[in-house]
Amino acid sequence: MTYHNPRTPPRKSWTFDDQTLAEIRRAAATGIYDIRGAGAKRKLPHFDDLLFLGASMSRYPLEGYRERCDTSVDLGTRYAKKPIRLKIPITIAGMSFGALSGNAKEALGRGASAAGTSTTTGDGGMTDEERGHSETLVYQYLPSRYGMNPTDLRRADAIEIVVGQGAKPGGGGMLLGQKISDRVAQMRTLPKGIDQRSACRHPDWTGPDDLEIKILEIREITDWEKPIYIKVGGARPYYDTALAVKAGADVVVLDGMQGGTAATQDVFIENVGQPTLACIRPAVQALQDLGMHRKVQLIVSGGIRSGADVAKAMALGADAVSIGSAAMVALGDNDPQYEEEYNRLGTTAGAYDDWHEGKDPAGITTQDPELASRLDPVAAGRRLANYLKVMTLEAQTIARACGHNDLHNLEPEDLCALTIEAAAMAQVPLAGTDWIPGKNRF
Amino acid sequence: MPTFDLATSELRDLNSALHSIPAGANDLEYEILNPRGSHAVAVGCSHPLNISVMGPVGYYCGGMNSEATISVKGSAGPGVAENMMSGMVVIEGDASQYAGATGRGGMLVIRGNAASRCGISMKGIDIVVEGNIGHMSAFMGQSGNLVVLGDAGEALGDSLYEAKIFVRGTVKSLGADCIEKEMRPEHHELLASLLQKAGVTGVETSEFKRYGSARTLYNFDIDNADAY
Repeated sequence: MTYHNPRTPPRKSWTFDDQTLAEIRRAAATGIYDIRGAGAKRKLPHFDDLLFLGASMSRYPLEGYRERCDTSVDLGTRYAKKPIRLKIPITIAGMSFGALSGNAKEALGRGASAAGTSTTTGDGGMTDEERGHSETLVYQYLPSRYGMNPTDLRRADAIEIVVGQGAKPGGGGMLLGQKISDRVAQMRTLPKGIDQRSACRHPDWTGPDDLEIKILEIREITDWEKPIYIKVGGARPYYDTALAVKAGADVVVLDGMQGGTAATQDVFIENVGQPTLACIRPAVQALQDLGMHRKVQLIVSGGIRSGADVAKAMALGADAVSIGSAAMVALGDNDPQYEEEYNRLGTTAGAYDDWHEGKDPAGITTQDPELASRLDPVAAGRRLANYLKVMTLEAQTIARACGHNDLHNLEPEDLCALTIEAAAMAQVPLAGTDWIPGKNRF
Repeated sequence: MPTFDLATSELRDLNSALHSIPAGANDLEYEILNPRGSHAVAVGCSHPLNISVMGPVGYYCGGMNSEATISVKGSAGPGVAENMMSGMVVIEGDASQYAGATGRGGMLVIRGNAASRCGISMKGIDIVVEGNIGHMSAFMGQSGNLVVLGDAGEALGDSLYEAKIFVRGTVKSLGADCIEKEMRPEHHELLASLLQKAGVTGVETSEFKRYGSARTLYNFDIDNADAY
């Protein structure tokens, strides 16, 4: 008697899925880890896992077309002589000239200014175009100190000391040689065409006690005029926030792991740091424990896409949010109109993340003059302004529906969670229950 | 000559006064008494002042200096003359770590020793140290010159870009991609001018060795992974 083994459908491993197999083959073929731009792509608990409850018998909504819902925010009220006021609580995150084209930086400035908010420099210094087109410009103070000088420090409206970012808390950066044009090389005091490393930690201070003195120096250089932000990646948000306050920050910028980067190792992006949703409540708790909530402002970034995300972050206690990847999409990044060119690069619109290679068909993450010229900074700036206005209207719509006449009046109490994970991270009840995992018994 | 006594006046008033020099001012000599290790003394100056600091200072003295000449009659804490743009800072005593970090121009002279990471990420500054320097000095130095009359610690010039290093004494070890290079006539000329500007006498340029980047790590190569 012969044994007959009936055929079964081919079964692929969950552990060794197609993406994993492809990465193993890629690593074996090249001997180098995968470098890419953007933030974490893995599925993570996020704002989608939260819902607003809205008004009902016990809450009184506001009329959308008649009753005001304020969106403005003041940043830097703790120490700065000249705090900044933004019309909307959505800022543009730091992205460097070098990683982005000059036209893209100009478009960010135009869009942010039209919408009444700030934009931010990045590693590589401040360009005249960016300063000229940005009504409110935040100057990043980074470990590399590329382009750092006191003149630009003084012509900034605020200064953001970057300790870390969500895509790579604890990591530096690398701008590959193909993006080091003459101008980028000159701004960074480096030879053209070399791979330019951005250090992972500051060269002249270590730890929050030193940082306190560094902040003193910057305040003295700028005569105590400028708000000083400290940006941290989503690592240990309670202690990072508390230590930032102790070091003397006016504003804490907290960037979760969905926050993007111009380039770093994929393994870093996907495996280091915490989701944005998990970072907000510990940070707010730290501020509350120190009696500094609303006195030191909290800006949250990493995966903010819509007015709903804005409203949810603010309901959890943020004073404002910041966008980077979404702003790039508004400019034209990953636009399907360039699908054929994305295909030639071995990818597809919506998935393109080899920003470090400088071949961006949309002309945003490139220093190639021909590609960069594809982006009209005026039109792209208009698209960004439109997008920011839509996000603001959406957030206002939700706030009014919850009965609030200011986005800052949104509360955790306005929210429920769809999953146990989100309920635990956001510390709001699981929908249909009064259960907050870790806080009370089911 | 205006005098600020930090025992009785605020640091904020001192720096504000140094930033607010009226155009055409004749009185450009300033004296700072009783610094007593204060941080951020004479930072962000942008006028051709001559500032004498009569005692030791804390962190970041002369930070982001432009044009001013700052002379410290004592030792300096970490980060002296960090990110200096131009001008001159002279430390009569020793300097702590990160001296001249990320400096973009001007000259920093340290009559004593400098601790670790002297000239870290330097971007055009000239640094002359009459004594010894600590480990990891000129790490990722991009441009400028580091001159050491004494000895250098471990990992000198690690991951160096285009900064030049001249050492008269011994070097405990060189960092990744840093090598000894030939002292050609132009280097003797450059070194002589740096020593003269720093007010150093009694030494010959022939007593120095030059170190610079081997430039093998300028573009990532997996076969160099062991060097990182």
